[in-house]
Amino acid sequence: MTVPILAVREVVRTFGGLRAVDGASLDVERGSITALIGPNGAGKSTLFNVVSGFLPAERGSVQFEERRIDRAASYRIAQRGLVRTFQVPRALTRLSVLDNVLLAAPNHSGERLRGLLLRPARARARERSARERAEELLALVRLEEHTHDYAGVLSGGQRKLLDFARVLMAEPRLVLLDEPMAGVNPALGRQLLEHVLQLRAAEGMTFLFVEHDLDVVMEASDRVIVMNEGRVIASGTPAEVRTDSRVVDAYLGAAWST
Amino acid sequence: MSGALLEVAEVQAGYGEALVLRGVSLSASAGELVAIIGPNGAGKSTLLKVIYGLLHPEAGVIRYADEDVTRVRPERLTRLGLNYVPQLANVFPSLSIAENLLVGTVSLPRAERRPAVNDMYGQFPPLAERRRQRAGTLSGGQRKLLAIARALVTRPKVLLLDEPSAGLSPQAVELVFEQLAAVKHRGIAIVMVEQNAHRALTLADRGYVLDMGRNAYEGTGQMLLRNPKVAELYLGRSTAASSSTSTSAPSGMSAPT
Repeated sequence: MTVPILAVREVVRTFGGLRAVDGASLDVERGSITALIGPNGAGKSTLFNVVSGFLPAERGSVQFEERRIDRAASYRIAQRGLVRTFQVPRALTRLSVLDNVLLAAPNHSGERLRGLLLRPARARARERSARERAEELLALVRLEEHTHDYAGVLSGGQRKLLDFARVLMAEPRLVLLDEPMAGVNPALGRQLLEHVLQLRAAEGMTFLFVEHDLDVVMEASDRVIVMNEGRVIASGTPAEVRTDSRVVDAYLGAAWST
Repeated sequence: MSGALLEVAEVQAGYGEALVLRGVSLSASAGELVAIIGPNGAGKSTLLKVIYGLLHPEAGVIRYADEDVTRVRPERLTRLGLNYVPQLANVFPSLSIAENLLVGTVSLPRAERRPAVNDMYGQFPPLAERRRQRAGTLSGGQRKLLAIARALVTRPKVLLLDEPSAGLSPQAVELVFEQLAAVKHRGIAIVMVEQNAHRALTLADRGYVLDMGRNAYEGTGQMLLRNPKVAELYLGRSTAASSSTSTSAPSGMSAPT
């Protein structure tokens, strides 16, 4: 087995007396699409917050591309190529939809005075290509008509789509998607899923996603990791996981065990 | 539709210059579950906000129990028996479950408040188990249950729900939808915005598809599920697959490539 792109070891995170993540360990293979499932309150979102640097772990370690990131700030982790979406995204409502996406672009060479003065043509070219990429992504998530509107006018579901575009704009190597399908129209959700599969195939991008839509989980993922009460209780291929009695009991219910 | 408890006629509304609803109509009768589906940005949540008086329409009429309630304020609508569960920020995080439910009962006579709260514990066992836990420490799904219970505690005649299943585990979704079926059988009209369109239309008596701020399709849940255009444009599955999707079996499991 190759070295995992993400290795989580024995992570603990509590809130008062509540052990939200209670010694969770998992590996994500490079180039995989891995689903993280489990009942509400299992600790999935808390684990996402720890991995992406939004919450410090109390114990345990997180390695991304063989480097410890569990003490790193969230923006550093994002710069290294691990970017996440939010269950309830926060758009910059007083900026345009386009600017929200452009802000996520890596290497703003035009923002450094030296780059701007010494290589103005290059800075301009970069800006142009970033803009084209942003417009492509906005078309992908069907927000092209809102390109120049304030992000504040977008609906809840549209903000989710904007968040998705923002994350892809950052050209990450590992993407954490927190319930990407929740609140997104299923027809569009299918297309986004197709796009995720393409990105994995074309650019080797790795995806770890929390999702309750089991059709999506079973169809899209190579591996499924199941959490319950702050721990990983099972992992395997979708076929393996859905017949695992612990998973059926904790999460899936009888309808899925067929 | 003379028997409708709630009637919305040709409503137009928006935020600032942006017109989101460009003429939407719907109705809901006692004991009827009505689902509203459609693409992101179609105006579904905005419609609920207009009905509940959070946003004033620029045109159109909203009638509840044969009265014009077009510009009636939300707190008054709650007292009249029309209640609303927003998609987000629908509980008080620093209050316990019990306190959240009690806050919901202020429009009831004093003597009925405790029994109404206890009634909710009976309907939502996960809430009963945690009644002293602060809502802020609940998971997303537990919070959603609490938000719905808090709206039901006022014993509304019409319940407006914005995406009740979003963010819920499959078992929690089942619990919520089972609850909604029971609520409906008690004669309450439910108007529910859902992205889980298949599940919603399966459960609903009638459904409306909104697109670009207008009514696009309407009919019984089954009619809409069988409509190939609706399936293709809004349900996200091929028409071939949609014929067998009333069961909960996964539509297919592609082998890892």
